[in-house]
Amino acid sequence: MSDSRRRRAEHIRRLMAAEGASIREQSSRLNRNRIDATADFAETEALRDRAREIKADAIADLPALIDRVTAAVEDGGGHVYLADDAADATDYVEAVAADRDAETVVKSKSMTTEEIGLGDALEAAGVDVWETDLGEFVLQVADEAPSHIVGPAMHKSRAEIARLFNAHFDPEEPLETADELTAFARDFLGERVREADLGITGANFVLAESGTVVLVTNEGNARKTAVTPDAHVAVAGVEKLLPSVEQLQPFVELIARSATGQPISRYLSLFSGATDSPTLDFDRPDDPLGSGDRDRAFHLVLVDNGRTAMREDDDLRETLYCIRCGACSNSCANFQAVGGHAFGGDTYSGGIATGWEAGVHGTDSAAEFNDLCTGCSRCVPACPVKIDVPWINTAIRDRLNRGADPGAFDFLVDGLAPDEEPAGLDPQKRLFGNLGTLATIGSATAPVSNWLADSTPVRLALDRLFGIDPRRDLPEFRRETLVDWAADRHAGAGPEPDQEVVVYPDVYTNHVHVERGKAAVRALEALGVGVVVPALPESGRAPLSQGMVGTARGQAAALADALAPHLDAGRDVVVLEPSDLAMVRREYERLVPDGTADRLSGATYDFAEYVYGLLANGADTGPLPSAAAGHTGSAGDAGVVYHGHCQGRTLGIDAYVEAVLDELGYDVIASDVECCGMAGSFGYKAEYYDLSVDVGEQLADWIRDHPDRTVVAGGASCHEQLDALLDRPVSYPAELIAPVPDGRPGDA
Amino acid sequence: MSQTTAAFAESLGRVGATLHRTDAAGVRAALREAVAPPAVGSRVPIADVSLDDAGIETDPTVRQLREARTGVTPAAFAVAEYGSLAIRSRPDGDEPVSLYPERHVAVVAASDVLPDMDAAFERLAASFGRGEDSVVFATGPSATGDMGALVEGVHGPREVHVVVVEDR
Repeated sequence: MSDSRRRRAEHIRRLMAAEGASIREQSSRLNRNRIDATADFAETEALRDRAREIKADAIADLPALIDRVTAAVEDGGGHVYLADDAADATDYVEAVAADRDAETVVKSKSMTTEEIGLGDALEAAGVDVWETDLGEFVLQVADEAPSHIVGPAMHKSRAEIARLFNAHFDPEEPLETADELTAFARDFLGERVREADLGITGANFVLAESGTVVLVTNEGNARKTAVTPDAHVAVAGVEKLLPSVEQLQPFVELIARSATGQPISRYLSLFSGATDSPTLDFDRPDDPLGSGDRDRAFHLVLVDNGRTAMREDDDLRETLYCIRCGACSNSCANFQAVGGHAFGGDTYSGGIATGWEAGVHGTDSAAEFNDLCTGCSRCVPACPVKIDVPWINTAIRDRLNRGADPGAFDFLVDGLAPDEEPAGLDPQKRLFGNLGTLATIGSATAPVSNWLADSTPVRLALDRLFGIDPRRDLPEFRRETLVDWAADRHAGAGPEPDQEVVVYPDVYTNHVHVERGKAAVRALEALGVGVVVPALPESGRAPLSQGMVGTARGQAAALADALAPHLDAGRDVVVLEPSDLAMVRREYERLVPDGTADRLSGATYDFAEYVYGLLANGADTGPLPSAAAGHTGSAGDAGVVYHGHCQGRTLGIDAYVEAVLDELGYDVIASDVECCGMAGSFGYKAEYYDLSVDVGEQLADWIRDHPDRTVVAGGASCHEQLDALLDRPVSYPAELIAPVPDGRPGDA
Repeated sequence: MSQTTAAFAESLGRVGATLHRTDAAGVRAALREAVAPPAVGSRVPIADVSLDDAGIETDPTVRQLREARTGVTPAAFAVAEYGSLAIRSRPDGDEPVSLYPERHVAVVAASDVLPDMDAAFERLAASFGRGEDSVVFATGPSATGDMGALVEGVHGPREVHVVVVEDR
């Protein structure tokens, strides 16, 4: 593997060892809490739609909202400053601090102040700055960067924080418990708050009509920071603006559920400019509240710092809808393993960080971690404003590919790869992006291609040139593809079917996991459906996953063209590989014309979804084997552990798999592991192998807890990962649902 | 108990706050139960309810605010579904009084306990229209998970009591 891949692998291994346990424990707990809290709340889906609509409208209307909030705050005697960039914003706040002779400033947690480096700028200007959020305070003492948008010190365990505080503050009694650590920090920071001359907060939302800053906290530090010193400076990205209090409600009901699984945060503060609360002068303790010398002052600093350009950028715009709840981080299998110090840029972390970093710090700031989004899409249903986080990652990956310098190995792939990508594309990405071409050659030359691929010199070359980890078994290409098998197959002698479908021979099913395709054909035929398996173009999934959007677009158009006559003939399309189904249902709306995407999406089904539909419409399960009768490999065992493919789960197809298996008498336990960690090419890449296995082990461990059950998994990648980690066979849903081969010629 | 009050009681239980139900005549006794002295307070604008002579300093100095164990304030309204209390930023000091002492006792009229966020935002929009546009929704004690376990009582109160005054 190349030096840069080796360094990246080493960096990830180090972070997994140092921070992984703490990150996993906390982020996966928050993820479970979110799932429970949103499932228990009937309005969740309606509010997500409403919240997205409000954000989209607000971003569209941003210049007018900036004018309105300026007028409202100034009417109330406050000040608004619209800062073009980070330096402009920090200069303004420094001037406010200097104007008030501020020696001490207290801050509540704000990612936007992290983004503009406000704390460092004030310190450099000679002001003492204290972070009052306990997580941020831990980081200030440790001199470390946040590892999570919401839980900035999530990578630190209680014991580490205790060691840190004991070493740094040398308390009379060493601190140990969470209670002791909290009490110590509260008392220490309480003094800082009382002596502070200026309180700086961020804002979760800003209401233009009333000039209101909305703050969401659990600790109460934002309240104290805003209300104790006479002067309050709120720093907010311009994207935080909402028209008025009327638009706030959906966010109030969504943000805490999405972030931590709480119905509502402990405190939701709405402060409109300088509030009517009495001033507090702790230097004159025997005066009544409100007797200080100065009136309250309020400054709202609205930060642009790239946001206006993001608003004009079709791929980055919806990043501005983000309400910074961290749900995309918590629902991400890779994030759970490494945390934001690997999966993050200068300021932001998790899936949405690619959008934020590219927007506020530039595309290069997203380059280091962008690969860690595998496109598994588990963040998509988690996001309270329905941002397509995987698409943002794909679009930026494409830009990074196009910005790359032409490399040394282009001669190796230029003639071979029929893609539409620029010279200089990472050869590893180009190789995986051209999976279909590889597979066609692989099948045509099998078994020689498989023997060769297993040989040491070839594996060394694959590692050196393409960064394919030698510890991974390569897919074994089958000489007879599914398309070949189907063409040679003698159909049953039953009555002419009145319904015909296309079974889509995706690359994996056609060339590698051919049995899954055969099983699907047998099952559909047994249910009275005629099946055709034409040779069809790739869906575009492989290049899209590498950020090769142009190539993916070409493949999508070709597949749509090739399927059109089948759709015209009234055939539905049945897809076995969830990642390809997700292409059609989720991604095609961005890759092919609207009408084409809608038509294709409406006629395309997951295999189990289609079987479910047949059964619901009166088909008899009679021809299908019941659990009691057994299926190949399971010896009549009715217990199943099922891991749904990540992208399939996002599409909601798990329910059909479970319902059909249930109908056949299986007892199904489904995993709640978000992704197996293989994610197409990701687990093959040498720099990510250890991370991929670490993620996969979460699933493998759960499966090992159910030793007597048949293992069923939905995607080709899930199978490759589990085959590598388990010493038990893994089946596809189709293999349990299909009748066993009946010995007819060509059936097996 | 009305459906809304019952829902409020359940929500308060979930967030770890203590509910005291009384009529106006019983407020004095309820406060004796809820308040741990020394206490500071801000005036409660509910008919026939007064904090005078209840051992609660309603015009506190900064020192008294700091040293109080209990702060008593009105809640402009409450949200039954969430167990939330709306604390206005009034010149009387509801905001610091509800925030600094380790125990917050909120007094709210039963008629101001609203069923859900729809009702709360209707009320909020009306009060914003009147210029009463600084308010905190406080739900249970202050809390943090940043030190490795959930701890209650951080920058805000560790205990929350709610006195609901039933209408006559």
